[in-house]
Amino acid sequence: MKKCQRCSKPASLHITEIQSGEVQELHLCESCAQGYLSSADTAEPEGDVESLAAQLADATDDESYDALDQIVCPNCGISFREFRSQGRLGCPHDYVAFEEELTPLLENIHGETQHCGKFPKRAPDASRRQYELIKLRNELRSAVEEEDYEAAAKLRDDIQNLETELGHPADELE
Amino acid sequence: MDLESLTTTSGEWLRGSGPESAIVISSRIRLARNLAQFPFLTRADDGVRSEIETLLRSKIENLDSQCNLGYLDVGTLNDLDRQFLVERQLISRELAESHGSRGVGISEEENVSLMINEEDHLRMQVLRSGFALDDCWREINLIDDAIESEVTYAFSERWGYLTACPTNVGTGIRVSVMLHLPALVLTKEIQKVFQALQKISLAVRGLYGEGSQAMGDFYQISNQVTLGKSEEQVIAAIQDVVPNIIDYERRMRNELIKQNRQGLHDQVSRAYGILRNAQTISSEETMHLLSSVRMGIDLELIDGLDMSTINELFIQTQPAHLQKIQHEPLESAERNAVRASYLRRRLSAADAERN
Repeated sequence: MKKCQRCSKPASLHITEIQSGEVQELHLCESCAQGYLSSADTAEPEGDVESLAAQLADATDDESYDALDQIVCPNCGISFREFRSQGRLGCPHDYVAFEEELTPLLENIHGETQHCGKFPKRAPDASRRQYELIKLRNELRSAVEEEDYEAAAKLRDDIQNLETELGHPADELE
Repeated sequence: MDLESLTTTSGEWLRGSGPESAIVISSRIRLARNLAQFPFLTRADDGVRSEIETLLRSKIENLDSQCNLGYLDVGTLNDLDRQFLVERQLISRELAESHGSRGVGISEEENVSLMINEEDHLRMQVLRSGFALDDCWREINLIDDAIESEVTYAFSERWGYLTACPTNVGTGIRVSVMLHLPALVLTKEIQKVFQALQKISLAVRGLYGEGSQAMGDFYQISNQVTLGKSEEQVIAAIQDVVPNIIDYERRMRNELIKQNRQGLHDQVSRAYGILRNAQTISSEETMHLLSSVRMGIDLELIDGLDMSTINELFIQTQPAHLQKIQHEPLESAERNAVRASYLRRRLSAADAERN
């Protein structure tokens, strides 16, 4: 087994990074890898899809994953270990069966944990409205980030109107 | 759909028109979708694969009034035909190299391609010549709506459209723009572009996507994040950054001209000379020289040659295309001779047209 390049513990994460067209291979133990991945001079976590997939595939000898690995989707029969080794899920229900395990992973990949794009037209009306709210809040965040205060003010109004319409708990909290 | 007829034509996306087409070859949007009632393909046996194919194929064929698609049963095509479709960007390598029932619906102009049983049950893509992402989105969104009205996609309120690989979950969208950046490569400024794009979570890939090399100075810029941003936001992020890269490439082209016009003119003319006269030439050298000539046309160092001819030659001089045009399997050395003769013929035809 390879040793961690930053200390003498066994390396459990094998990261392949492609930066400025140069391939860099890193072999790190769990704690050094955490430090490495969160350090400021590396790419944003959400930009690191490929190295994340590599970690996912290579971290098969890590003991801390053992308990998680046993979880099996009752629908398609895939285990979390199988998913980790092939990087592909077995069926749509895996997103429910492995929700707890997948959430940090998805957050790492995308930097978000709530969909806010297109919505199937045949979805029930109530959940569609709820969904519209999520979308507006997301747009509000971008508007504020871009310092587009005119758009932000309008979005705030829209959100308030929709919340009132939906009888959102926000009113009751005040 | 008749594959033989395709050998004499080229996709609409290569016609070299559309906004910013001197630098932006094409714009592409793809959506990944899965049917709610089936497992993903990793857990689908031959029977399930065939059920999925039959179901989606019937939906695709019903779209006819909208975009007139021809359907190809990829599972029954031979290796050469599959490679031919990959070279034309009508199917992915993954679909070509997969197994079992699978297929693709292709529009007459070759700018819509709907793949069944790729990594996901359905992978839809729309291509356009030049920088035209809004058009791509409008069209693919309509196709998606039309199919969705007939089937139930795997969707969750939290995670959006559910995909086999978690890197695509959410919108399932990949927005990409293919850029021709020879001046940024020559001046080695391209590294700065890579770094800047990486910071904003955009990926850079070669001509044939994931893992392919940047042949002919072609680079595909695409989004990586698919969750937590709307389709419009993802498209806007690419639309914001591409004009900067175009500007940068333009500035470097002008810089090259300013520094050493004669040297650049010589380089471009020699590239053209070799392409018009070589007796045997590899695919790699062809791509490299075509790239020079393509920039030469834009900088008016070469006249009377259409950008679209050069765009087509990038695709038509590839291995499977040459073998289809020649109607026989060719070894690498034979291909190099056939490629050289094809280039001479096409480029002298372009000359004849001019005179």
